[in-house]
Amino acid sequence: MKMNFRQRMPALLQAGLLVASGFLFSMPASADEPYTQNALRNYNTYCVQCHGINRNGKGINSRDMSVQPRDHSDAKGMGDIPNEEIFHVIKDGGLAGNKSVLMPAWGNVMNDDEIKELGAYLRFVCKCGSGQ
Amino acid sequence: MKLSILAILLGTAFVSSPALAADNPGTGILKAQCISCHAIAKPENASLDRLWERKGPDLYYAGSKFNKPWLVKWLQEPARIRPAGELYTRHVKGSDKEDVVDESTLTAHVKLSKADAEAVADVLMALSGPADLVSKGAFKGDKVSMSMGAMFFNKLRGCAACHQAKPGTGGSSGPELYTAGERLQADYIYSYIKNPQAIDPHIWMPTLNLAEPDLQRLTGYILQLSASEGK
Repeated sequence: MKMNFRQRMPALLQAGLLVASGFLFSMPASADEPYTQNALRNYNTYCVQCHGINRNGKGINSRDMSVQPRDHSDAKGMGDIPNEEIFHVIKDGGLAGNKSVLMPAWGNVMNDDEIKELGAYLRFVCKCGSGQ
Repeated sequence: MKLSILAILLGTAFVSSPALAADNPGTGILKAQCISCHAIAKPENASLDRLWERKGPDLYYAGSKFNKPWLVKWLQEPARIRPAGELYTRHVKGSDKEDVVDESTLTAHVKLSKADAEAVADVLMALSGPADLVSKGAFKGDKVSMSMGAMFFNKLRGCAACHQAKPGTGGSSGPELYTAGERLQADYIYSYIKNPQAIDPHIWMPTLNLAEPDLQRLTGYILQLSASEGK
């Protein structure tokens, strides 16, 4: 269906407001960085050991791992995973999502809000949309 | 500024800590050489930021963690326990292949004479930490099949992703475990695997939610590793 300019504006505004309100709740580092400093800190504490300082799945532990960690900079691979699955695998581990046991459950280390924020950070890293 | 406040806090804790014997020469050595990197009193603020600020593992529960003969030996010949240091993220860099340890950022541990090592070990072993930190008597002491243990460690639970069970093989973000049986008390190993964050808040080891038989098996395996791999 073809929409004229007047019809499109409110939709765009709505989308903009939605995004903006999401930003407000998660307190991003700046307008250019749609993730929280806490998510960045958590990634650097817990994820880098396997997923790498460059977020490419080549962490310090990856050399001898039988299943290689996911490349978080891979827009295609990451773009195919919905947000719910990312949340589930971080919280409950790879086994719970029929993935590798080498991805542990982080649900005792980060709370649900922190895991959601980490998911948003992953979307920023992969440059692969919102996963909605 | 932050560091000086930390130093004052540590200093105060040091002075007020009842476990430190003033007449032991180890107390002076600890004060002069250890507390700039290690906490010898429980930090009031055990935040993630604090984990990033500290330079070495906490020692306020050293007496519930270490075996004294190992401490005396190690303090004279300190070999690196954490291949990528602490905190590992600060000591890794990217490469053409996987990340590597940036050796230039790691410093050697203080080395003590035999007499000083014994004195410091005496003082450290008196620091038992909070009473509920380690479940005393939790490890039942059963012998473990090393092949079963290895399968569990390497495949079923993926411990080898972060830890080395033999020198040079396995992950680097966690401490090596081939000397852990010599280094650590059995109940400490058990308690730490069961809930790492309860002992070391925000630490980057996940809680695996292991069942009791698995906790026993893994603790036994790690203890026995020391005899088979650490020599």
